[in-house]
Formats: sequence, C-alpha cells, structure tokens
Amino acid sequence: MKHRLKTGGRFVDRSAPRTFFFNGIKGKGYRGDTLASALMAKGQSVVGRSFKYHRPRGIVAAGAEEPNALVGLGAGAGHEPNQRATTTELYDGLRAESQNHWPSLKTDIGAVNGLLARFLPAGFYYKTFIHPRPFWKHVFEPFIRQTAGLGKAPTAADADRYEHFYAFVDVLVVGGGIAGLEAARAAGAAGARVLLVEQTAQWGGRTPVDIAGGAEAVAALLAELDAMPNVTQRTRMMGAGVYDHGFVLCYEQLTDHRPEAAGPRHRLWKIRAKQVVTATGAIERPLSFAGNDLPGVMLAAAARDYVENFAVAPGRRVVVVTNNDDAYRTALTLRAHGIDVPAVVDARQGGAGPLLEEARAAGIRVQLGAAIHKAKGRTRVDAVEIGAVTGGEVSETLACDAVAMSGGWSPVVHLWSHCGGKLLWSDAHAHFYPDPALPPTGRDGAAFVRAAGTANGVMRAHEAASDGAAQGQAAAAEAGFDAPEIVATPLETPDEAPMRPVWLMPEDADIGLREKMWLDFQNDVKVSDVQLAAREGFESVEHTKRYTTLGMATDQGKLSNINGLAILSQALNEEIPRVGTTTFRPPYTPISMGAIAGEARGETFQPLRCTPMHAWHAAHGAHWEPVGQWRRPYAYMRAGESVAQAVAREVKNTRQALGLLDASTLGKILVKGPDAGRFLDMLYTNSFSKLKVGRCRYGLMCSENGFLSDDGVVARLSDDTWLCHTTTGGADRIHAWMEDWLQCEWWDWQVHTLNVTEQYGQIAVVGPQARVALERLGGIDVSKAALPFMGWVEGTLGGVPVRVYRISFSGELSYEIAVPAHRALELWEALLAVGADLGVMPYGTEALHIMRAEKGFIMIGDETDGTVIPQDLGLDWAISKKKDDYLGKRAQQRPHMRDPERWKLVGLQTVDGTVLPDGAYAVGEGENALGQRRMIGRVTSSYHSPTLARGIAMGLVEHGPERMGEVLEFPGTDGTLYRARIVDPVFYDPEGAKQDV
Amino acid sequence: MSDARVLKEAECVGAATVREVEAPGMITVKAELASAALAECLRAATGAAVPQTRRIVRERDARVAWMAPDELLLLVPRADVAASLATLTDGLAGEHALVADVSDMRAVFRIEAGRAARETLAKLCPVDLAPGVFAAGEIRRTRLAQVPAAFWIEENGFTLVCFRSVARYAFDVLKGAAAADARVGYFREV
Repeated sequence: MKHRLKTGGRFVDRSAPRTFFFNGIKGKGYRGDTLASALMAKGQSVVGRSFKYHRPRGIVAAGAEEPNALVGLGAGAGHEPNQRATTTELYDGLRAESQNHWPSLKTDIGAVNGLLARFLPAGFYYKTFIHPRPFWKHVFEPFIRQTAGLGKAPTAADADRYEHFYAFVDVLVVGGGIAGLEAARAAGAAGARVLLVEQTAQWGGRTPVDIAGGAEAVAALLAELDAMPNVTQRTRMMGAGVYDHGFVLCYEQLTDHRPEAAGPRHRLWKIRAKQVVTATGAIERPLSFAGNDLPGVMLAAAARDYVENFAVAPGRRVVVVTNNDDAYRTALTLRAHGIDVPAVVDARQGGAGPLLEEARAAGIRVQLGAAIHKAKGRTRVDAVEIGAVTGGEVSETLACDAVAMSGGWSPVVHLWSHCGGKLLWSDAHAHFYPDPALPPTGRDGAAFVRAAGTANGVMRAHEAASDGAAQGQAAAAEAGFDAPEIVATPLETPDEAPMRPVWLMPEDADIGLREKMWLDFQNDVKVSDVQLAAREGFESVEHTKRYTTLGMATDQGKLSNINGLAILSQALNEEIPRVGTTTFRPPYTPISMGAIAGEARGETFQPLRCTPMHAWHAAHGAHWEPVGQWRRPYAYMRAGESVAQAVAREVKNTRQALGLLDASTLGKILVKGPDAGRFLDMLYTNSFSKLKVGRCRYGLMCSENGFLSDDGVVARLSDDTWLCHTTTGGADRIHAWMEDWLQCEWWDWQVHTLNVTEQYGQIAVVGPQARVALERLGGIDVSKAALPFMGWVEGTLGGVPVRVYRISFSGELSYEIAVPAHRALELWEALLAVGADLGVMPYGTEALHIMRAEKGFIMIGDETDGTVIPQDLGLDWAISKKKDDYLGKRAQQRPHMRDPERWKLVGLQTVDGTVLPDGAYAVGEGENALGQRRMIGRVTSSYHSPTLARGIAMGLVEHGPERMGEVLEFPGTDGTLYRARIVDPVFYDPEGAKQDV
Repeated sequence: MSDARVLKEAECVGAATVREVEAPGMITVKAELASAALAECLRAATGAAVPQTRRIVRERDARVAWMAPDELLLLVPRADVAASLATLTDGLAGEHALVADVSDMRAVFRIEAGRAARETLAKLCPVDLAPGVFAAGEIRRTRLAQVPAAFWIEENGFTLVCFRSVARYAFDVLKGAAAADARVGYFREV
C-alpha cells in the first residue's frame, strides 16, 4: 500500500485488513475502503481501457459519477459486469477484473485505434460501415461486437436473492448530506412520516471534512433523527427514479459489502411519497485540457476524498487546476498531509477568496489567470505544461504524478428532472439548477418534488443547511403537517470568489489540443467530436448526443453532459440554456436486473395455476401443456410410449371405452338478475332468454366488430340465473367483458355476474361406457330419458354433490360433472375406481383437440384469430335470426363481412393420408399485388386422426364450401408440396348417432 | 368431509410464520348493500351488520367482509353454509341479488409474528402496512406479487385469502418474503 498515508482516513479501519484480487493479483486494503481507494493505495493507476480508442484510464472520481474505473466483479453465478470501483466497498476476497482490454490491461491491441483517432471521428460508424450493404452484417458488426462493449455478460444464472418492499411516507428525503439531514429533521419535527436515504455508507457528505465543526454538526443531527420515531434513515440506498404520483424507486444494497452475509442482496423499494425532497448534492466537472484523460488526472474534490476518507495519496506531486475556490481546499488538504503541491493553477485573474491567502500562507504557489495547456505522460501523467488561460504560449512545464482538476459544480438535478421538473441556468455558477416555478407536479397540479441544498443550486454549506431545513419544512407543510420553524445548524463557511466558466483550456486551443481534450471518458468523445457534429449540422443537443455518443455510456454523462453542451453551444454560437440539456432518465445509476425482478424468478417467475387434480396428473405421467397460466396434461405418458403414441391410445380408448378429462380450467360465470336473459341475448349470437331451465346450449360471443371472441356452453339454472362456460383462457377476459358492458353501457340493467371458475372442479366422463360408470357411482338417473342430450341435473354421485351436464365435444356419449373443488379429486378417483374394468383412462388436451377436430368442432384460437366471424366458420346455425341485436351483429352486416370472397371453413383431407402442416397456405393461379403466388386458403388446425388412421385438417378456403372434392396445393416450408382434398369438416359420425344414445 | 386446505401441509417458520389453514365456508352476496332486507337476513345469518367500505366485521364465529360496492363475502363455519345460504336466499328473494356458495374457491393462509408479518406482506402487496395505518377491522383486496389476494388482521396476525389454483404460488412467495434472513426493520411497532 505504497500510496497509503501513515495516519488519518476517517472511513478506514486499520485494525481490519482486507485482501482483494485485481486481475488475479493480490492487493491489501482495510475495512471501509472502496475498491478504488484500495487500488489507488496499491499504486494501480491504469484501471481500465476506454471504449473506442482503448486508451489507458485511471480513477477520476470518488463516487457514483465515476466513468473509468468499471470492473467485472465476482465470477460464475456471482459475476456482475460494469461495477464502479468507486462505489464498491471492499470486502475480504473481493475479485475484480478490468474490462475492455485484449489481451491484457497493460498491452491492449485495441489501443491501435488511438493511433488512428483522426480516422475515427464522430459518426465514424455511421459514415464508414454503410457500404457495401452486406458487409455490415457479416464483417463489420461481428468485428465491432468483438472489440467494443464494456463488461461481459454473466454466463451463469444469478445465485443471489432479491426482493421488493412497498413503503408509504409523507416525506421522502433523498441524500444524507447536510441539506438532506436538515430536511429530514424539519419534516420529522412536524410529525410527518419521513424516510431519509443515502446512497453511500456514510452520512454528512463533505460537511464533516470541509466545514470546521461539520462532523459534530452531522453527528448531532443524526442523534436528533434517531430520537424521532417517525423518521427512518437508511444508508446504501439510492434514490433511483422519481415517477408520476409520488412514486419513487429506491435501490438498497444489502450485502454487496459483505457477500458472506445471508439474506437478499438487493431490495428495490417502491415508495409512495406525498412529498419528495431531493438533496442529492452536486458533481464536480472536469476541465477540458489536452490529455485530461491520462491516469492520474482526477477531480479535485475526489482527490480530497481519497486523502481525508481513505488516507490514500492520489500522487506524490499533485498539480491543482481550477476555475473556482473549492479546489483550494484540496490543495490545502494535500499539503496538510505532506503531499507536494507544485502549484494551484487558477484560470481566474483574481483568484479565490480567503482560501487564496490560506493557500499562500501554507506555502502553496498559486498561478493566476493560468491554464494547463497539456498533460503529458503515457500510462500516467508525468508533467503538465502551464501557460496563460487565453492567448499565450506554454510558460513552463511542471513535473507531477497527479492533477486535481475542478471545472465547477453541477447540481445533481436527475431526480428533479425525471418527472418533468424544469431547469434554470445560473451564469454565476455556470450550471443548471431546479426552477422552483416549474417543479414536477402531482395530480392536483401542486409540486411534489423539492430540491434542497447544493442540488438546488445553493452551493455553500451554511446556506445549503438552511435550504434543507426550509425545504423539509415546506414539504411537511404540503403533506398536511403543521411544520414548526426550524433553525438550521449554524456552519462557518468562508466567503468565496466567483467562479469563472472555462470550457476549453486554454480557451484558444488549436485543433491539435482539442483532439486530445476528453469530454466523455467512457465513450471517448472529445471536444473536437462535438465541434465536428455542430459543423455537420447537428444543432439539437439530443441529436449531437446520439451522433457522438456523448453521455450515452453507463455513467449517462454525469461528468460530460454540461461540458459537452457548453462546447456545442459555443460551436453553434448560442447561449447554453438555449441549447439545453439532454433528458435525465431513471435510474440515477444502473440497478441490478435481480432487484427489478424481485421474487419473480425460478418457481415464482409466474403464477402457475393448478386444478384440484394437478398433483394426481403429475403423479400419473402428465406431459404438460401451458394453457394461460394453467398447466394441463397434454397426454398421460406410459412407459415406453412416445407422446404421439400416448395421444393415439387416449383417443382410441375414449372412443371405444371410457375417458376422463380434467376440464376444471374452463371458465364458469354466474349471470343472474331480471335483465340477465336480455343481457345474454346481447352478449351471445344465440338466444338464451328462450333456453329452458334444465337445458344447455352452445353459444358464440363476438366483439362489437363482429369477430368471434369466445365460445362455450351456457346452462340455464333457474328462471333468472344462467351459468356461462368460457374457454380456459377466456374466463377472466369474458368476465371483465361482461362487467365492462354492465358498468359502462347498460348500467341500468339489473344483472349480477360472479366468476365461480375456481369453485368447481370439472370432469368430463366420455365414451360408450360413460353412463355405466356414473350408474355405478349412483345417486342420479343419467339415462337418456332422464338426462337427455344438452340437459343438466343436480344431485350426488357416490355421495359427492355434483351438477351433471350432458354435453359432448368429442362426438361420444359424454357427461361433464361440476363438483366443489375440494372434493374434485375424490370424485376423479372414484370414477377411476368404478371404471377400472370398463377400461377407463384419463386423456389430455391433445386427445381432446383431436376428437373435436374429428367432429369438425372449431377451437377458439385455432379456427379464430381475431379476424374470423362465425359466418366464416359455417356457424350460421348458432346465430339467432329472431333477435333485434347482439354484439357484433351490425358489424357482420358490413360489406366486407358479407363479401362472398371471404375464406370459409372446410375440412381438408390429404390425398396420401399425411398430416398437413399447421398454418400452411393453399396457393391458387396467378399472383397477388406484391407479385407473390396468390393464396386462396390456409390450414387452421391439423392432426393425425388415430380413429381414421390418416391426417385430417380444417382450413379456411376461398369459396371453400362450393368446391367440395377439389384438390388444393399447400407448399410446405420443408419444400414438400402437400395436396389435400376439400371435404366436409365433420370427419367422424356425421349423423351424431354416437353422442345421442 | 374432505380437508378444506389446498396444499395440505404448508407451513414455514421464518421471520414470520406462514401456514395454510382450513378454509371456512364462504358465501358471496351481490346485492344493493343499503337494502334493509340484506341487513335483516345478514343479521339473521351471522349476527353482523353490513360492513362499511373496506371493512370486515366479526360476530362470534362469522365474519362479513366488504368486497365491492355491491358485494359481500361471508366467512362462516363450513357446517353453517347450507343454513346461511338458505337464510340469505330467502331473505333476498324479493330483491335483485345473487347468493352463491364459494366455499371451495379459495385457499386461506395465516401470516403471524408481529412486525415481520407486516413486512412480509409489504414485500408483495402495494399496501401501506404501517402500524396505525393498516389496523384490525380493515380488509384489503390487492395483489400479492402477481395474483389477486385479500387480507385482514385478526388474532395477532394476518389472514390472507387467494384463489385456490394459485395457492402454491402464494405460499411460495410468502415463504420467500418471510425468510428469517430478510428482515427489513422498517416498521417499529407491531
């Protein structure tokens, strides 16, 4: 730890050493270090390579704004790319790999790009890789993908756990610096429910270091907050995004700093706040001088942070360059810790306020009206050339191993801006700050976000503290609390001289220098790139951003944004506020995918809906099919069987003996009331008001545009009550559809609906032996006379209360039995027991589909796709001619719907008995408008029929029903030409004799 | 009589205890909630008055929950379902009302252990569960991660109902949220 200072470091615990590995090489640090401070202590100056030119890059910042020090952390199931070393707390055994280098960090072949820099200008990719066209896909893109990009995506599933948490507060304060602490205290004193969050592990921001008595002031504030039961403070929790209606996402990192600990790694807080105070501080800006991207060149306040917080020297000889007073604090801190400061290079002719004298008194040379013309060095800065800030030659060269730069401060306005808060430009500070007249507003038009402290453009500590208290108080008052006046902690803050904006250093730098001035370190965007973009006509800051990629890296331009648009505005000869900023979007810094997913992964990725017989199916060889969120048995596999063999066995057995189907997933909706009949007559194409109690009818439902939407059997339970069955996927949708019409259109009709899908298990008992099985259970007369086709009856079967519907979708003798769900498995097992010697077997959805298709019954979703009307499917018989109206009736009378050219349903039978490909198109003579072969029909469902031992299909064909016997050609995607004859869609038992026994 | 639990043995002990309990009998009533006939037959069936919006009332071993502006859910001993159904059906005979036995439609869970119970639910439900905000007597229909659910406070814990088909999912997400190593420490009181 050659750069570790002997004493100091308020965050590090020297009694707790920590070992880490960077690119496999062991390093040492202490508890409280960040990976960045430990690397700096180790003397590691190159920590990564830049994105485009692969230039060596060092640590620039000490916090969330860091653009360079990104590493891949961990390995395997714990690997995570692009982690900022400056915010990664050191733990024992930490393993980090640098990124974007090949083959190694020291020797990077991609660095040749840097030599070719003048041939890689802004928009290089757009300009270069356009022609010849095929080269993009086959040559350019694969190469660029190999060399570009930062971290590598993880290859193993994330081994950690994540969770969400919903919190509701009156006042959420984001940022635990002096302004945030004061805001929380003021809001807390008013009695508001307050949540104060801080993204780092420490409270107070820079106040404990920069302000005399600051540490004590912060400690006292924290003690006060601790004593308030209505205030909660949490560290390592970042305000990630502010959204409409006071919704805020916060990202809590629970175990990143102690991965050995049990429990979730991250927690995503979903907060509803009546008021939000953003006390998010400010970020220092780099200065644009040639070579400002060399390792060793860093932000001035960051240099101070490393010394004060971690006892790490950024260098042995550190030149400070600035346009404002704050960097003088860095110079004084460095000097106080025995680090040589050859000069403070101040762009201002007048220099700083009282800090100037303090620096001189400490023996620091201050060069006024001066600039760094160039930083020199290869893998680390080794000297800087100094000269006048405008118009002048290089006057001297100062040897150094680090540069601390300060180009002024930009308030962190991200959270303010996420939900529409506007910004003003301050000429005095050369930064954007929140416009109090145009805040983010809630549903009532009132502000729900307030900025406080330096985030509000209030740059000096004592004023920031007062502003924090005032904003906290105002937020509490707005949230409905009687907020007492709070006097902020008094802080001694020296006067400061005005800063001077310096966007280029020197201000008259020639192109040779401008090509070496970096704006965006991570994406390698330079002053010359933005100027070129402006010359090429990119006047909008949003366009310039995308053309140059300025601010588009993982740091989202935290350091580069203002510097870049200042250069753009100069090039366009416009005022900075007229050029404006790009849009600030959440999250503030990247948050983990795991945190976003929360519990939605693995077994709980999605709800899996289970019928009462689900476990039985699983135990009896179910080969599952997802149907909505349900899993239904597709077939029940027996040893040695293929799926197709199992399906064929189930179909044959059901047709010849007895099959059981778990139909519990079908939707079941009760509809009751004096207007229920009238309502169903409107909802369905059929007439249900005329249906007799005790009877069932198959019904069709259409959208108001006439398209077939759902089908199912409706039973009339009593004079004013009907039970509507829907498709499995349609239950919730159709219930919502009913309520939509009842609540929004026919609100004066007296109808109640109730979705009772889950109340019942439903078992279809199908096949020639079905009646025998039910008679063996006993309790209900299920004879043809007592329970005829399309009738229903209630009673008990084998002691279980049931409702039995005599309906059939298979063409066989069939009963569907509704049973209270808790007893469904009992009945299922009883049926298996009594049916054992009758050859009972359960069958799955594929057998169901095949038997339906053999009978020519349509399936919603197969024969329909949202463009098909019942008339296309030959279902005119299910459309009541006597009714004045039903949903879809008017639409079905439109010319396009009555067009005789509409494709209509037919059966299709392959000439050679093979199975037609599902979805295949039939082609006719001639070409269509696009010069393609004209299509005259398509296959809507296609199966191998075990009953008929050949392929059967249904399809929609132009003039289909008029072309019986014609053979159509269906080119398959496999190159085969399939030929099928148009036949009646009812392949099996067209007389319906088998179901009516 | 069969076991009125969906998952049978489902219990986990973490920061909070989560377990499936036998579902009581349940009856849905859809009616005009201000109706005098409803008030009368509801009192006859359960002893309880019609609950106010988002309230659940308890009378002896019956509970009545407000579910929607025109809907109540009665929770009664399974043995009383038939009698209660009859009382309600008869009492509402002259009204536009729907009374249905939905005793088999839902799974019922208990989540117990003070603050951790509140935090368990607050990880999955977008509801303000702060002590003093969500209190006994309130029922909240909401979402539990990705499925509909409803819960209320009783006997030092929460009772939660969800549809029976998603009982496994509900138990699994509750179990994850209740893990002993995942305490939030946000709520200061029970």
